[in-house]
Amino acid sequence: MNLYKYASPATFYPLAGKLIPWFAALAVVFGLIGLYLGLIVAPEDAQQGQVYRIIFIHVPTAWVGMVVYLVMAAYGVAALTLKTRLSSMMMEALAPTGALFTALALLTGALWGKPTWGTYWIWDARMTSTLILLFLYVGYIALIHAIEDKKRADKAGALLVIVGSVNVPIIYFSVRWWNTLHQGASVSVTGSKMAAVMAQGMLVMALACWMYAIAVVLVRVRAIILERQYKGANDMVGLSMGARGMAGTEMTGTEMMGTK
Amino acid sequence: MNMADFFSMGGRGFYVWSSFGAVALALVIEMMLVKKRGSAAAQLKKTVAETQQ
Repeated sequence: MNLYKYASPATFYPLAGKLIPWFAALAVVFGLIGLYLGLIVAPEDAQQGQVYRIIFIHVPTAWVGMVVYLVMAAYGVAALTLKTRLSSMMMEALAPTGALFTALALLTGALWGKPTWGTYWIWDARMTSTLILLFLYVGYIALIHAIEDKKRADKAGALLVIVGSVNVPIIYFSVRWWNTLHQGASVSVTGSKMAAVMAQGMLVMALACWMYAIAVVLVRVRAIILERQYKGANDMVGLSMGARGMAGTEMTGTEMMGTK
Repeated sequence: MNMADFFSMGGRGFYVWSSFGAVALALVIEMMLVKKRGSAAAQLKKTVAETQQ
C-alpha cells in the first residue's frame, strides 16, 4: 500500500469521510461500556470512597491531551521534512481537540483535588506542566492565525510544536522526578496498581475518548481541506468581480493588487 | 446501590457529576462547532463552484 497516496488531501478527504461514522460509533459503544464499568461495576475505593470515580474521566482526558500533542509534533516533523501538505492541515485540526482535552484534564483534576487534597489548584509539577501544555496548544493556534502567509504560518507552528514537545515527557515523569502532591501512575506499561475492573473501566473510557477525538479531528480536517482549497479561489473570484466592477476606470486586476 | 446513593456518590456527588457533566457538555459543544465549520466549508466549495461556472 502506498502511504504517500493518503498524504494527499485529495485522496485523504473521501477516506476520512468514510471513517468518521465508524469512529463515532465506536466512541459511543466504548463510552457506554466505560461509564457502566466506571460508575456501576467498579467498587468503592478503600481510601477515597466514591469520589475516586473522577479517575474514569480525568485520566482518559489527560492521556488524549498529551498524546494528541505528540501526534501533532510528529506531523510537524513530517511537515518540515517531507513537506506533505496534509501534515499541516492535520496539525491545525488536532490542536483545538488537544487543547480542549487538556483543559478538561485540568478541570476534572481540580474537581478531584478539592475533596481529596483540600484545594482546587496547587503549583505542583504535574499540574503546572499540564497547564504549560494548554498554553502551548493555545500558543500554536494563536500563532498560525496571526501569520497571514499560510506557508509561513504552518512552518512557524510546526517549529513551535516540535520544540514544545519536550514538555510531554516532563508531564509524564513529573510525578517520579519531583515530590508532587499529584499521585503517581496507577497504570503503566509494566502493570497496574489498581483493581482489574477499575483499570479496565479506565482503559475503555480512554478508548472512547480516542475514538471521539479521531472522529471529530477527521470532520475538522475535511473542513480545513475545503477551506484551504477554496478560500483562495473565493478571494480571487471576489477580486476579479471587483475588477470587472471597476472596468469603467480601466483598472486591471494586477493594478489592483499593486504589482503594476 | 440504590438510585439516591448513586447520585450522592458518598456525599461527593457535586465533584463527580460536575466532572462528568463538564466533559459531556464540552464534547457536545465541540461537536456542534465542528459540524458548523464543516457545513460552512461545504457551502464555500459550492459558492466557488457556482461563481466559476
